[in-house]
Amino acid sequence: MGDETYGEPFTVEVERGKIREFARATKARDPRYLEDPRPVAPPTFLASAALWAGPDAVPPGLVRNWSRILHGEQEYVFHGPPPRAGQRLTARQHIADSYTKQGRRGGEMRFTVLVTEFHDEDGTLVAEARSTVIETSRAAGEES
Amino acid sequence: MIAAFDAASAEVGAELPEFVDAPATRTDYVRYQGASGDMNPIHHDEPFAREAGFPTVFAVGMLQAGILGSFLADLVGPEHVRRFKVQFREQSWPGDVITYGGRVVDRREAADGSVELDLELHATRQTGTPHLLGRATVTAPAR
Repeated sequence: MGDETYGEPFTVEVERGKIREFARATKARDPRYLEDPRPVAPPTFLASAALWAGPDAVPPGLVRNWSRILHGEQEYVFHGPPPRAGQRLTARQHIADSYTKQGRRGGEMRFTVLVTEFHDEDGTLVAEARSTVIETSRAAGEES
Repeated sequence: MIAAFDAASAEVGAELPEFVDAPATRTDYVRYQGASGDMNPIHHDEPFAREAGFPTVFAVGMLQAGILGSFLADLVGPEHVRRFKVQFREQSWPGDVITYGGRVVDRREAADGSVELDLELHATRQTGTPHLLGRATVTAPAR
């Protein structure tokens, strides 16, 4: 896209079989996930969009020490009904925010907000996934 | 829509009917990891988890986030969810019995009679402490 703050865009096919699999894994009981030929996806389904991402989908500057990364928050915003099977979305990721805080037990915590935007075939922004990751100054397992 | 919750008529303070899940298993974690594509071994590979300093594998936070989301969607219809957010709190472990619930914290009625609700959500461990805290916005069509 020529914007260096964004990773490479990637296509996400919203598939019926993946929705079934995801609905089952998240213990959904609505029979429409099984019976509707074009079911609406469960609220966190776009977590599986990462399966479609290529190696350059991650925006530049996100490389971190992954052994010290904690997932702090995750949000999905839908500008209308959530994605439905049969839709083809274009996703791209960027870093929306980055800041540091002092941890309660000392040590710095770096917060990074990674946003994935999903546009439909008409170019309309239909969904956003907002992920807040926390990089601690020591590895996650060392705390407990 | 499964259990009894009528979003269109729900007032502020109305509670969602709770869902108490079966004790969490490693199979639950693996099934979700396959579905989502997040194959981090810390959630299914015991030697790897111990090597990293944990007593055993621990839950995939996004699994419980997904169960909380599907719990909400079962009540209001997946097509009516407009916003869903979770904050990851205390870690969860195999064997945990997690209760999913929530309540209405705001209600807005549009000119066309459609309703928008804000909800507070939670996924709470058997210890009584939260594994996840959530917020959601859902719509309900005019009657």
